Amino acid sequence: MSDWWMNPLHVGLVGLLCALGFATLFVAWLVFRHPDRSYMELKLRVRTWWVIIAVFIAAMVSSRSIGIAIFGVVSFLAFKEFLTLVPTRRADYRVLMWAYLAIPLQYYWVGVTWYGMFIIFIPVYVFLFLPTRMVMIGETSGFLRAAGTLHWGLMTTVFSLSHIAYLLALPDQAGSAGAVTGAMLVFFLVVLTELNDVAQYVWGKSFGRRKVIPKVSPGKTVAGLLGGTATTTLAAWAMAPWFTPLNEWEALAAGLLIGLTGFVGDVVVSAVKRDIGVKDSGAMLPGHGGILDRLDSLTYTAPLFFHFIYYLHY
Amino acid sequence: MAATSMLRKLFVVLVAYPVALFWLGLLVRHRDRLPLRGPAIVAANHNSHLDILALYSLFPLRAISKVRPAAAADYFLKHRWLAWFSQNVVGIVPVLRGAHAGQDPLAACYTALERGDILILFPEGTRGEAEELAKLKSGIWHLVRRFPDVEVTPVFMSGLGRSMPKGAFIPLPLFVDVYIGKALGYDENKNAFMQQLTDRFLSLRDGHAPNIENTPREGHHAPGTGK
Repeated sequence: MSDWWMNPLHVGLVGLLCALGFATLFVAWLVFRHPDRSYMELKLRVRTWWVIIAVFIAAMVSSRSIGIAIFGVVSFLAFKEFLTLVPTRRADYRVLMWAYLAIPLQYYWVGVTWYGMFIIFIPVYVFLFLPTRMVMIGETSGFLRAAGTLHWGLMTTVFSLSHIAYLLALPDQAGSAGAVTGAMLVFFLVVLTELNDVAQYVWGKSFGRRKVIPKVSPGKTVAGLLGGTATTTLAAWAMAPWFTPLNEWEALAAGLLIGLTGFVGDVVVSAVKRDIGVKDSGAMLPGHGGILDRLDSLTYTAPLFFHFIYYLHY
Repeated sequence: MAATSMLRKLFVVLVAYPVALFWLGLLVRHRDRLPLRGPAIVAANHNSHLDILALYSLFPLRAISKVRPAAAADYFLKHRWLAWFSQNVVGIVPVLRGAHAGQDPLAACYTALERGDILILFPEGTRGEAEELAKLKSGIWHLVRRFPDVEVTPVFMSGLGRSMPKGAFIPLPLFVDVYIGKALGYDENKNAFMQQLTDRFLSLRDGHAPNIENTPREGHHAPGTGK
């Protein structure tokens, strides 16, 4: 039993459950205190967090291949949501089928830790193959738009997000507080990215006045960005010795990277949603919107954090 | 009969539920309006073979043995194997299209409603153009005239024609919207009834636009906290 608690990952996961349990009690208290107000949205959001965390914990404590498969399903849902949202040409029905096939293949490369293939498969082979298939169909009207949209979707929802799974596949490393596993890196990345989203929101709500990019996301303020990034950087520095092989300076840089690029991922997806003219990317996560609304920051932080740590330590 | 019912349940559990809920992903609005007890009629728009799967997946397993989709006899009973599959596995109620001397095209539907089944009808008659509502056929009115106490629940589905258009055999994974409308009662006036049903479909199609962005947008929402 004490061995179980010696694993930082276990402590971290229990910590997550406690935090969410606390949030649930807090919402229940709010409902009790203000019976006249509706907390439907908030209740739904917390309930959905339980589901998200259950899936996340399953991915963290299962065997490596099951964990990778779970992230593969997440990519599938995200890509499906993307395709549902964007306009596609009817002629491309078969091309879109081929695009879906890229998902199991990409996660298979992760599973067999074929790094060379993992890193070029979508940016090179899929990038070149899908237009080939489109040319064979022969519809040229809207060609560039269709090819570009499809590739952008695969790059964000499959290529970028599959870096989370590759973290899981990285070999164990000696850290300052014992062995560092891939699952610990995933925990570090995902928890900091989500914490960053929350922290930016809270700082922005509390102190925000000046808007950062009003044209894309009017809710984003300078105070939110700076306060959130500072919070994330501090948290990264505190967590790094237990969850990563990073030294103190590297940990601060990783926190800064996640804080700033998490923000960018968020507003890039916002810009895409504005372009299409929707408020939420979908409706599969009640209280949150679509799955892309939840994964937006990770589409930036996952590949960037991966290559940061891969360059320094693997 | 018991074996047939078992086959249909297996079909729903092994095909309809996984395809509709995982491969596609249905977003159902007003699920509570769906009749779970017969006799009842569910009228849906028709764009794809997936429509039957999607509609089946709306019902809980205990109701499945009562749910019967009406489908064109000339298409689904075309040859022996398809006929066996359509009748025993999918559980269709055959409807005769075109002129058939002396035969009431809806005879099988009467039997189903008399038995207390939940009959699924596609009043457009055919799958038609993807994502477009064709003119409704009046057979449904003749059916309701014979059973004036049976209510018609309109269901509008959007996205299935894009997922599996005519001629395609594998559904493209896409999220699908399903809107269930309020039940409609019998009206002696045929045109008025058909117009009402058409209007219900159109308002289901056009009335739900909660995901359209309001500009300027107030406050971006973040996780864990209120909007």
